[in-house]
Amino acid sequence: MNRPADNTLRIALSDAGISRRDFLGFCATLAAAYALPASSVIVIAAALENASRTSVIWLSFQECTGCTESLTRSHTPTIEGLILEQVSLDYHHTLQAASGEAAERAREESMRANAGKYLLVVDGSVPLGNPGYSTIAGVSNFDMLMETAKGAAAVIAVGTCAAYGGLPAAQPNPTGAVPVSQLIKDKPVINVPGCPPIPVVITGVLAHFLTFGTLPELDGRGRPTIFYGESIHDRCYRRPSYDQGKFAESFDDEGARKGWCLFKLGCKGPVTHNACATTKWNNGVSFPIQSGHGCLGCAEPDFWDMGSFYKALSMPATPVRKAVAGAAAAGVGAGVAVAFANRAKKAAAKAAHETVKVEDLTKKP
Amino acid sequence: MSASLQRGVNAFKEVIDAPVAAFFASCVHCGLCAESCLFYTETGDPQYTPIHKLEPLRRVWQQEYTLLGRLAKLVGLAKPVTDAELAAWSPLVYDSCSMCGRCSMVCPVGNDITLMIRKMREGMAAAGHAPEGLVTATQRSIQSGSPAGVKWVTVQAQIKRMQKQFGIDIPVNLENADYLVLMSSWEILNYPEYLGSVGRILDNAGATWTLSEHAYEATNSGIQIGVSDLARELVGRIVKAAEDLKVKCVISPECGHAYTALRWEGPNLMGRRFGFEVKHILEVLDDLRRSGRLKLKGSIDKPLTYHDPCQISRRGGVHQQPRALLRQIAPQFREMSDPGVMNWCCGGGGGVSANERAEPLRTIAFKRKKAQIEKLGVNTVVTSCANCRVVIEEALEHYHMNIELLGLTELVAEHLAED
Amino acid sequence: MSGLELLTWARGPGLVLAVGICIFGVILRLIEILALGRQADLASPRQNSTGSGWRTIFTRSLPPPGMLRRAPLTYLGGYVFHIGMAIAVFFFVPHIELFRGLLGLRWPGLPNPLVDIASIAAIIALLALLVGRLVDPVKRLLTNAGDWLAWALTFVPLITGYSAYHHLFENYTLTLAVHIVSVELLLVLLPFSKLFHVFSLFIARWYNGEISGRKGVAS
Repeated sequence: MNRPADNTLRIALSDAGISRRDFLGFCATLAAAYALPASSVIVIAAALENASRTSVIWLSFQECTGCTESLTRSHTPTIEGLILEQVSLDYHHTLQAASGEAAERAREESMRANAGKYLLVVDGSVPLGNPGYSTIAGVSNFDMLMETAKGAAAVIAVGTCAAYGGLPAAQPNPTGAVPVSQLIKDKPVINVPGCPPIPVVITGVLAHFLTFGTLPELDGRGRPTIFYGESIHDRCYRRPSYDQGKFAESFDDEGARKGWCLFKLGCKGPVTHNACATTKWNNGVSFPIQSGHGCLGCAEPDFWDMGSFYKALSMPATPVRKAVAGAAAAGVGAGVAVAFANRAKKAAAKAAHETVKVEDLTKKP
Repeated sequence: MSASLQRGVNAFKEVIDAPVAAFFASCVHCGLCAESCLFYTETGDPQYTPIHKLEPLRRVWQQEYTLLGRLAKLVGLAKPVTDAELAAWSPLVYDSCSMCGRCSMVCPVGNDITLMIRKMREGMAAAGHAPEGLVTATQRSIQSGSPAGVKWVTVQAQIKRMQKQFGIDIPVNLENADYLVLMSSWEILNYPEYLGSVGRILDNAGATWTLSEHAYEATNSGIQIGVSDLARELVGRIVKAAEDLKVKCVISPECGHAYTALRWEGPNLMGRRFGFEVKHILEVLDDLRRSGRLKLKGSIDKPLTYHDPCQISRRGGVHQQPRALLRQIAPQFREMSDPGVMNWCCGGGGGVSANERAEPLRTIAFKRKKAQIEKLGVNTVVTSCANCRVVIEEALEHYHMNIELLGLTELVAEHLAED
Repeated sequence: MSGLELLTWARGPGLVLAVGICIFGVILRLIEILALGRQADLASPRQNSTGSGWRTIFTRSLPPPGMLRRAPLTYLGGYVFHIGMAIAVFFFVPHIELFRGLLGLRWPGLPNPLVDIASIAAIIALLALLVGRLVDPVKRLLTNAGDWLAWALTFVPLITGYSAYHHLFENYTLTLAVHIVSVELLLVLLPFSKLFHVFSLFIARWYNGEISGRKGVAS
C-alpha cells in the first residue's frame, strides 16, 4: 500500500490527539504479547496504520453489552477503541447509526460485498431452546448466526457467553444457550473469553489479523495462547504470599491491608486463564486482585456455577451437610441391619454347637 | 462339606467377636508380627508370620461377618475354607505358635494375634485337625486326670518322699485351708521338690494348705488344643475340689498355661466367678514376702538370670514378683535382653512341647533363647514354669550347653530363714 | 469433559458423593464390628484396667524395644509416610479451607515449602514401602490385590497433589481435578479396604490394651 488512505488509523489517531509514541507503545505491547522481535514493532505499526478497512460484522445475541462497553469504554478515546473504529464496522446494532431495516440491509450488503473476507464477531450466546427467546429483526439468533457465518473468513467469539455460553447458560440454562463454537464447525472460531474480555485482548486478535492476515496461535479451547496460556495465579503479584502461607482471612483484616493472597476469600486465580495479571485493566492501572477482590474466574466456562465466589477453591462447591446427614443415617440403618444379621448368624452357630468330646478330636475328615 | 469341617467352621463362627473383627479389619499386612515371632526369626520362613497363621479364620470373618464379604459369598466369589486347607494350616496353628503373645505386643495396629490363635484352635480341633501329640495329651487329661497319665498313686508316692525329704506334713483333702496346692505333671514326675518347697514355705508362713485327691493336676490340655468344652471339664474339676474343700485360694503351680487356664480363662469357661482366689505361686511368695511372712537368708554367689515364662509374665502379669524375690537372694541377678513382658519364648509353650510333630521346629526356635543366654554369659538360669524347664533342659542337652536350670520356688525354699 | 468441568464436578457432586459414601461406609463398618460384641470377662482383673485401652492407643504408635532395628524400613517408612501425609493433608492451607467448608473448624496452616517437603518425604517413603513390599518375603506372602489397591489409592492423591502444586503438567486445572477425584476415590474405598485401619486400629488397640491391662500388663 503506497499511499495511505484518508481514513487510516494514523489520521484517526492524530485527530484523537494520541501521540505516535503512545501508539508505538501499544504496538510494542502487542509484539511482546505475541513474542515477536523488537523489529516487528515497526511492522505492526505500519500495518495497522496503513491497513485497509477490513469489514467486520458484529452480532450481539444473549448478552449484556458489557463486551462492547469494555472495548469502547465511553468517553475516553483509546487506541483499542480507535482500532475497532478503524475497521469497517458494517454492522453492530449498539454502535451503528442506522436502525431497523436499514441496519439489516447494511449487514446483508456487507456480507455480499465482502463474501469470504469479512470477520464475524459475536458476543452473547445462542439460545437453542425457543427461537423466540432472542431475535433481531424477527430473525432468531441461530438463523442469523448461521447465515452470517457462511461467508465469514473467521468468527471471533467475544466474551464468555459467546465463547462458553456464559451467564445465559448457567444452571439450569433456561434458554438452552450454547456457545458459538458448538454451532460453527466449518471455519475457525476464536474464543476470547472474559466477562468482559480485556480490551487489548480483543484488539490484539484483530490487530494480528490486520497485521499478518492470519489468526494468532490458538489453544485447545480456541483461545489465543498468548493471552490465555497462563493462569492468573501464576502471574499474580500476590503469589509469593500464597507460597509463604500468608492469607487474608477477611476483606478488611490486616492480611487484606498488607496485600496477602486472597485464596481463602475465594479467589479463582489458580484455575483461571487470562491476562489480567499482566496486561491489567484501564490502561494498565489495576486488576481485580490488585483492587483487593479475588478473581471470579470469569474467563472460564461455567464460572457462574463453580460455587460461591467467596468460597476457597478447595472448599466444597455445594453444601455437603445434608448428604452427610443422609449418609450417616443410611450407614446406621445398614449397619444395624448387618449387625442383626451377624448376631443372628452367630447365635445360630452357638445353637449348632455340639459339645466337643475327646473322641471327636481323632475324627479325621 | 464333611461333618467335621462343618463343626470346625461353625466353631470359627462362634469365636469371632468384636475384637477379632476389629483385629482383622485393622491388619495392614506390614509383616512386623513376623519379626516378633521366634518361629520366623529363627527360621526365616515367611509362612510362620503370625497373622498368616490365621488366614482361614480371617476368611470366615470376611465371608460371614462383613457386608462386602457376605455379598461376595452370595454371588459365589468367596473362597470357602476346606479340609485340605485346614490340614495345611495345622502345623502353622499348632507347631509354629507357642501362644507366647509377643506378636500381640508388637502389632502396630494392636491386634491380639495370640488371642485369635487361641480362638482358631477351637475350629481346628473341632474339625479334627489338631496334632496327634496334643490329642493324646488331651485324651489322657480327660480320662486319667493328667496329660502325662499321672495317677493319684504316683502323687501319693511323691507325697511320702517329700514328707521325708523336707520333714513336713503334707495335708490331703483338708477343708477350710488357706491354700489348695496344685501341680503340673512335670512337677509330679520331674520336679517333686516343688511340692516340698511350697509346703515348707507355707508352713513357715503359718498358712494352712492342702492337696486334693480329686484335683492335683493344674495343667489344661483343653486350653492348648483349643477345646473349651474339654478345658471347662478340666477346670471344673479344680473348681469343684476347691469349693468342696472351701479353700480361700488356689495356687497355680510353676506352669505357664495352667495359670492362664485357671486364672484368666477359668471363670469365663465356667461362666461364673469362683468362690476362691487363684494365684500363681510367685504371687503367693511375693505376697508373703511383703507381709513379712517369708523371710529369706543367705545368697547365691553366682551370676544368674531369669527366664520369663510367657503365660506367667506377658500373658499373666506376673513379672515383677520373680524379680523382687530374686533380688533378695541373688545379688548377681542379671537381666537377659528383652526381659519381662517382651521376653522370648523357650519355644515349647502353647502345647508345642506336647506335639511331637513340632519337635524339630521347636529345637530350631530355641536358638533365640540360646543366643540370649550366651550373650549374657551366665551359667545359671532360673525360671518358674515346669514346661519351660523341660523344654529348655532338652534343648540345652541338644545344643550341648552347660547351663544350670533352677525353679524359682525351690530356690526360695532353699533360702528360707526358718523360725 | 474439560479439566474445569471435572473440577467443578469434583468440588460439587463428586465431593458430596464421596463424602457420603465414606461416612456411610465408616458408620456401617464400625457398627458391623462393634455389634459383634464380646463376652464380659469374668476373671477378676489384677488391677483396675480403666484407661489401659486408651493408653495402648497411644503407646502402640511407638516401636517396642528392639523392633526398630529388626524392621527399620517398615517403621521409618511408616512414620515418614504417615507424618508426611498428615502434614500435607491437615496443614496445607487449601486443605484446611476444605475442612473448614466441611466441618466448620479451622486451624493454622504451614508455609507451603514445609508442606512441600512433607509431601516429598511421604512420596519417597511410600515408594520405599512399595519396594519393601515387593522384596520382603513376609510382606510378599501377606500381600494381596487389596494391598496394591490401597497403595495406589494413597499414592495417587499424593503425587497428583504434588504435581498440581508444582504445575508439573501443562493443564493445572485438570491436574487439580484429578487430584480431587483421586482423593474422592480414596474416600469411597476407605471403609471397604484395608485403609479402614485408620478407624479400626483405635478399636483394635483399645481391646488389646484393655485385655492386657486387666492382667496387669501394659501392652
